Amino acid sequence: MNSINEEPEPREIEALLPWYAVGTLNRRDANRVERALADDRELARQYELVREELVETIHLNEALGAPSTRAIERLFAAIDAEEAREPRHRRSFDLGGRISEFLWSLTPRTLARSAMAAALAILVQAAVIVSVVFKEQGSPGGPELASVPNEGSYVLVRFAPQATANDITNFLGAYKAKVVDGPLNMGSPLYVIRLSETKLPKEEVGKIIRQMQLESTIVDFIAAKE
Amino acid sequence: MQSTAEVLIGRIANGDRLAMQVLFARYHVRVFRFVVRLVRNEATAEDVISEVFFDVWRQAGRFEGRSTVSTWLLAIARFKAISALRRRRDDELDEEAAAAIEDLSDDPATALEKKDKSALLRKCLGGLSAEHREVIDLVYYHEKSVEEVAEIVGIPENTVKTRMFYARKRLAELLKSEGVERGWP
Repeated sequence: MNSINEEPEPREIEALLPWYAVGTLNRRDANRVERALADDRELARQYELVREELVETIHLNEALGAPSTRAIERLFAAIDAEEAREPRHRRSFDLGGRISEFLWSLTPRTLARSAMAAALAILVQAAVIVSVVFKEQGSPGGPELASVPNEGSYVLVRFAPQATANDITNFLGAYKAKVVDGPLNMGSPLYVIRLSETKLPKEEVGKIIRQMQLESTIVDFIAAKE
Repeated sequence: MQSTAEVLIGRIANGDRLAMQVLFARYHVRVFRFVVRLVRNEATAEDVISEVFFDVWRQAGRFEGRSTVSTWLLAIARFKAISALRRRRDDELDEEAAAAIEDLSDDPATALEKKDKSALLRKCLGGLSAEHREVIDLVYYHEKSVEEVAEIVGIPENTVKTRMFYARKRLAELLKSEGVERGWP
């Protein structure tokens, strides 16, 4: 029996052959392997063995079949049980959680500096909206927003970056409106605003939108939401 | 740009059950096959994949997209499979492991099989240790790169390459003992 010291060490290119066969090497390494294969007959023979192993490994795995429906039944039973214990708010939302998630994604690797500045501005605005919601609802448990029922009239709003919490509070108060969802898009955050708990005529909604558009220091963009 | 799987994960994070069903439909067979090769028991593997996707349901909001969704799933699956193996009683495990190790000695059927090199190769792949089988499956069947295997198994990238090399070397030895000389290593 060979001792560990007598084990052959893999040549660097030879060790890469399995990944080359599957196509999961980066371009640089793939080019190195290609060049070596063209010049080295022994390596080319090795590559044929690798291809045989690849084919048979796929056959072996495909022959393993699939799980029964018990697996998905068990999964959704567990999800149902958890939902019963701790329901998720799907249409309403946990703004604090979304901000945490967003903060989590702000890494130097994924965000250029310029984007960072824009993202921080969005965060500041999100924080402003949170404070508005706190003021409106006095929620002790966090910024849990109202759920979005089917009835009612809604608009999508992007607030102006310079709008303060007071501006937004006064603006919402003047229209008896409430923030019920958002930010819907972190790149350009949109909020769902409920204008009325009952369905208003389209003309009435259009009129309110036109009035809101005039508040350009507070509202950057507004559109009706069906 | 987000992959479609990443979009699904985003929806799952928001409590979308349909997205959960789509993700399950897309990946459960591959995850099952990875797990069943580790735990060598279909019922246990089914339990493990339920746990894997339930973890996805609960942790989707924490997925950062640093790895692909399938790599993330396989890493969770591996952890769950190892935990499931630890939970099983030792004697049960020994019995199952013994049953799973294929008899490599000749019998009439094997002698016939020897004529089929492919079948013999599959037989020897089945005779590899769990560690070697795992790396071979991840590379050849699950199409994972060196970096992704390192992430799933939790070992350095160089170790991935040498483990794959020695898995192939062991395979060649098993084939040699069956009378198939590959001339390597």
